[in-house]
Parts: sequence; C-alpha cells; structure tokens
Amino acid sequence: MKAKIRKIVTFVEETHTEMGRAVDPATRRAAAVAVIENPLAGKYVEDLSELMTIGEELGELLTQRAVAALGIAGSSAESYGKAAAVGENGELEHAAAILHPKLGTPVRRVLGKGAALIPSSKKRGGPGVVIDIPLGHKDAAYVRSHFDGMEVRINDAPRANEIVVAIAVTDSGRPLARVGGLTKDQIKGEDGLR
Amino acid sequence: MHEVQVRKKLIFVEEIFHEGGPRASTPLRRAAAMAVIHNPFAGRYVEKIEGFMDDLKPLGLEMAKSLVAALGGDPKVVEGYGKGAIVGSAGELEHGALWHVPGGYAMREVLGGAKAIVASTKKVGGPGTRLDVPITHINASYVRSHFDAMEVGVSDAPRADEIVLALVMTTGARVHARVGGLKASEIKGEDGLR
Repeated sequence: MKAKIRKIVTFVEETHTEMGRAVDPATRRAAAVAVIENPLAGKYVEDLSELMTIGEELGELLTQRAVAALGIAGSSAESYGKAAAVGENGELEHAAAILHPKLGTPVRRVLGKGAALIPSSKKRGGPGVVIDIPLGHKDAAYVRSHFDGMEVRINDAPRANEIVVAIAVTDSGRPLARVGGLTKDQIKGEDGLR
Repeated sequence: MHEVQVRKKLIFVEEIFHEGGPRASTPLRRAAAMAVIHNPFAGRYVEKIEGFMDDLKPLGLEMAKSLVAALGGDPKVVEGYGKGAIVGSAGELEHGALWHVPGGYAMREVLGGAKAIVASTKKVGGPGTRLDVPITHINASYVRSHFDAMEVGVSDAPRADEIVLALVMTTGARVHARVGGLKASEIKGEDGLR
C-alpha cells in the first residue's frame, strides 16, 4: 500500500428517537477515516498522481471498513459521501487529488452500484478540525430524504504533514424525513440523478 | 424507576499504527461507546436520584458488550478502560455522577472482574461538547504505559434535557509508551493499584 496510515478511526451512529418520536428502524450511518502522511507536504509538486493512487487504495479500504462497521452487505448501503482535511503544510489540491480522480471506483465496487455522484467536501485545518461529510443517495442524487451530513473529528489529526480522508456510508436517510421530493422507491437509477 | 430513553447510540473505534515512531506490530485499538439519553431530572432540583443508577444498568451492560464486540469480541484483549458523562445544560453535574456505578459495574461484569477503579470524568455542556475520557489499566491503576485518554463527543448532543454517557476500552499501552513506571507485566493484582 502506498498510503502511510497512522491511524484508522470508525464512527457508527444510530438514531432511535427524534423529538420524542420513535425512529423505527433506527437510522444508521458509519464513517471510516484514515490519517495518512501527506507525501507532498511542504513543497509545490506539479504532478499529484501519487495522491490519486492513495485515493484509490483508501476508497476500497475505507468503504469496506464503513460497511463492516454497519454490519451490512455493501449492496444494502443507501447513501454515501467523502471528505478530506489537509494539514497546514499541504494544499487543498492534495485533497482534491485523493478524492476526485480515482477514489470513487473502488467505493462503487464495494457497494455493488453507485450511479450517483459521491458528494464531497474538503478543507485545510489543524488537529481536531471538524469535517462535515455530505451525504446523498448512492443511486439517485435527487432523493431528498437522503440529503444529509455526518460530522467527524479526530482530536490529534491532521498534523501539519498529514491528510485525514473520510468515507461515510448509511443504510437509511434522515430520521423522520418528511420534506417531500423524490423518494427512494421512485428511483429509476439510470442517470444517477433520479 | 425511570424509563431510560435512548435517542442515539454511537461507537467510535480507533486503530493506531504509529505516532511518528516505529510502526507497532499490533496496532493499539481504542473504542468508545456512547448513548444519548433523556435526563429525567432536567429542569428542576430533584433530591432523590439514586434509583436511576439501577435503571441504567442494562444500558451500561449493553454498551460494555458493544465495546467488546467492536474490539473483536474477546474480552481478554481489553487492557484499559474509562468512563464519562456530559450532562445537558438543564441538568446538574450530579446527574452525571449517576453513571459511576452502572458504567463501572457493566465493564467489570463484561471483563470478568477487573480490579482497578474505572477512571472517570464528567461535565455539563451543550451539543458538540467534547469530553476527554481518562483511561487506566483495568487491573492496576498505576501502570504508567496505560495512562491514556480518548476524546468523545456527539455533534447534536447533549441537548439541554439529555445526558451523553460514555464507556471506553483500549487494547494496550500508548503506541510509543516509554516513560517507565510500573509495567503491565509487573502487576501483582491484589489491590487494583499495583
């Protein structure tokens, strides 16, 4: 593996009630987050292909971890998202190199499908920076019940020469979703949008 | 007797490979289980609250078991533990103290009679408050390599009338522990201290 991983953290969250009303079955989401060395920290490097390869590796590893943390088959995942936070000696473009060119293919391989764009966010920050991973339905981006976000935070990362890379997967939408729009049973799943 | 109303359950698992030094042959794992519960005493002064400790015992056991499961299912791998509570702003610090008995009892029960006092901390705070849960060796509080802490928190909890309860377990020493003191191999295991 090209990625030099310092730690991997998984987060699992289940919501059982909201405003006193039962959420049954509970909504569940998981994030798997890797803290890696940024091989390009501290200097301007034109070619970012090394980070793209790392993105490909982490796409597979973190999606497998997130799905395992939920205890579901990849094909049972409903929504997903990805994010990266670059330490202070790196560029925002380093996050882009990890997230965008190659990370998505292995994510979709683990989940069986994934016609929709994987929503993403990125930022630069210090240790403990809060990362809000956007979430959207994996087969149809317009499914309104699944627009969501999951917050993750690792108190000791990213250090200056590190990057935090996160993938979130759910088996459900928001608790008590009721603002209309396209529902998951209306998905055609052809264009990734509806 | 108060019903324990759980809004959310969360599990965080950290797998730490190194911290700038030699890569650990067995990575250190730390896991935290959290439950966001309704505070039955929020908003007023209630003199008699002790009974809620018994009410919390089943939840404590469930959380302790889920931690062992998150660490692979074998309680024998657990070497460190700690507990904590974050009380929402309509509650008292004393409500957090209700977690001492059921939280500690649950972990000892699941770990088969751990001898050391369970390190703990608590505070009053708003949603997103972070708590550094202290960690010590399960059989001898003075084992220096196992003094540690794990940061926990939930972005949307505790609301004013909620309490976040936390249990933490670890599988070993700090990843590059090297400041001497009592070693795990030197534990007498009689008094819970050495």
